[in-house]
Amino acid sequence: MKGYRKYFGKKIVWFILTLFIAFLLNFILPRMMPADPVANIMSKTARGMSDTNATKAMYDNYVKAFGLDKPMIVQFFTYIKNAVRGDFGVSFSQYPRKVTDIISSAILWTIGLQLPAIIVGWLIGNLLGALAAYMKKGFDKILMPISLFMSCVPAFGMAVIMLGIFALKLKVAPIAGGYGFDLIPNFSWTFVRSVIAHYQLPFWSIVIISVGGQAIGMRSMSIYELNADYVKYSRFLGVKDSKIVGYVFRNAMLPQVTGLALSIGTMIGGALVAEIIFSYPGLGTTMLSAVTSSDYPVLSATTLIITIMVLISSFTIDVIYGFIDPRVKAAQFD
Amino acid sequence: MKNTLRQVFHSPKFVAGFIIFVAVLMTLFIYPLFNPGNPLQMLALNSFSKPGTYVSVYDSIDTDSIVMKLPGAAEKRLEDKLSMDDRLAMKEWLVTAGVPEGDIDTTDTTNLLKIWKEKYDPSIKPAGMTIAKRNYYKRLTIDLDKALNSNEVTIATPNAETGALEEAKKINDTDYVNTKDVTNAITLPLGTDNFGRDVLKELVSAARTSIMIGFIAGIIATLIGLSTGLLAGYVGGMVDELILFITNLFTVIPGFIILILISYGIGQENRGATTVAITIGLTSWTWTTRSVRSQVISLRNRDHVNLSKLSGHSLPRIILSDILPYIASYVVMALILQISTAILAEAQLSMLGLGPKTTEVPTLGLMMNWAMVYSAHTHGYWWAYFPVLLIIALVSFSLNLMNTGLDQVFNPTLRD
Repeated sequence: MKGYRKYFGKKIVWFILTLFIAFLLNFILPRMMPADPVANIMSKTARGMSDTNATKAMYDNYVKAFGLDKPMIVQFFTYIKNAVRGDFGVSFSQYPRKVTDIISSAILWTIGLQLPAIIVGWLIGNLLGALAAYMKKGFDKILMPISLFMSCVPAFGMAVIMLGIFALKLKVAPIAGGYGFDLIPNFSWTFVRSVIAHYQLPFWSIVIISVGGQAIGMRSMSIYELNADYVKYSRFLGVKDSKIVGYVFRNAMLPQVTGLALSIGTMIGGALVAEIIFSYPGLGTTMLSAVTSSDYPVLSATTLIITIMVLISSFTIDVIYGFIDPRVKAAQFD
Repeated sequence: MKNTLRQVFHSPKFVAGFIIFVAVLMTLFIYPLFNPGNPLQMLALNSFSKPGTYVSVYDSIDTDSIVMKLPGAAEKRLEDKLSMDDRLAMKEWLVTAGVPEGDIDTTDTTNLLKIWKEKYDPSIKPAGMTIAKRNYYKRLTIDLDKALNSNEVTIATPNAETGALEEAKKINDTDYVNTKDVTNAITLPLGTDNFGRDVLKELVSAARTSIMIGFIAGIIATLIGLSTGLLAGYVGGMVDELILFITNLFTVIPGFIILILISYGIGQENRGATTVAITIGLTSWTWTTRSVRSQVISLRNRDHVNLSKLSGHSLPRIILSDILPYIASYVVMALILQISTAILAEAQLSMLGLGPKTTEVPTLGLMMNWAMVYSAHTHGYWWAYFPVLLIIALVSFSLNLMNTGLDQVFNPTLRD
């Protein structure tokens, strides 16, 4: 178990470190910009006021209320303390709704949509890629350009096209939203059925997009492994073909798992934009409405939550990788 | 060098990608020569006009017309006028009048009219039918008669003094004008967008800007990636540790999020196309750093590099003449991928409303954003967004195809 402990210990330290840096970036990047947020608020609230003394008093009051008069480092730790407690302040555009409230109503939709879609897309993609590498002629010739083209259509593009075909032309799926606009979220059969109906299009558009890229990666990996020396040697020894294929695909899978850990951020980013097309009530749509209504607290909380989600998922994949990679497994016998 | 190029251009995938990319690029530069003008000029006051040729109704009155007797013209006109509701109402009346339901086909206009003429009698009062409904049928029959036995249409102008209408021209249902003869006409192959702009002209300009954004961002990202990768790989030690740490950090923390934070911070007013390009470039160099670093590490202890070191060559010279030529292919491949990712990144950023400011230049992402904001996708105005998607996919496909081709040339193990 010693090898595992060392591997996971390293991963956990790395996870905490990146988390800290993510907090720091989320805090510092918007503050590095020349714009003065207080002046921005003042321009709205103090419109029409002519008394400069009063304006100045208001300005100072705001600066004090937001804690902007304290040193940067104190502000940062206040920010972390509040974020850990789940307090992101109050939304500007949906005042007096709490940011935490807005985020928590959106986050389940995003996780429920993206987690299964990315996993299913990854599995199907790897299966197709492996098939393409193994069958080579014919299958490979057709599948390869198609998956290449598919992976080049942006996620939101696939979403728009699917929407056009299935919701507008064939009218087999609803156009927008996460559930019927006439329903209130509850655990009734009608509501669940409506959610499932609204789930199909966003789900499949994300799946189709991730299939293409994964298939290409898996194909290259499998071809690379199929040409490796150990395969030739095993063939020479007369090992059964099915057994060799098993080894080849297991070895080819490992880089794919790491690849998933590294690209999950990009995939989630793309899928968030796809959510917007369907007005799916997830974080992507929340982000869009935060941008359009200049709702800074909501935007900042959304980016932080998404970063944390990405970090957690890549950490989880790293942990799983530790269990399936024989090299990590071998390390525990050292 | 010459040999490498020849080898590269023997790869069918690379050549296919290259041809598509150059063809798209050529079109983007040649089209404005034939159709000059400001791509952001608003032509139509309506939003989302359909693709097609628009001729001025006003001018076509004055245009010399010829008389043509086209077979079935009247029926066609009628078919266009008769709505499905009217047809169903006609069927309803006929069924109550005793015509078997199976004989009536609401889609077959000619036959429907024939039965209607034979059977319809305004004096019959079917049971339970209101007067309003009976009057509707009377009006419908009159309208149908009018449409079939078309009368002339009179164009009248008001007299400047008396205000009375005076006949200016009579137009027959058999008058035709050549669209080329009409003084004012415009062909909009892709219709107009929500602002009433010519989509095709806008698309050409947008694609050019987007490809430019791709190139700027790609070059910046590749330069940063190349220099950090070389430094980390060749110098090693603390420098390597530090660069690797930062690189790993920014691979895990999604670049998309950093991009959003920076773009939001810059503010709508200060975001030009170039600023967006630079921001994208600054956030997407990690992959290049990684691959360059690992390549350089494997090259660092090769004999020819050691020989250079022993000969006392300077660090820049070793890097330029002993390392760079070996990783050039990887760098080019990374650059191509960076360009295509940057085009996508701009589009995604604009979809969130964080793209370049809207008043100066169109970009593919902004066009997409406008189409979505004005819900072109839910109303089926395909011309406002589908061509944009097609261009994005085509450019990105051609770049990726080139990349795959290069990959197979330089990594012989991947060849089929």
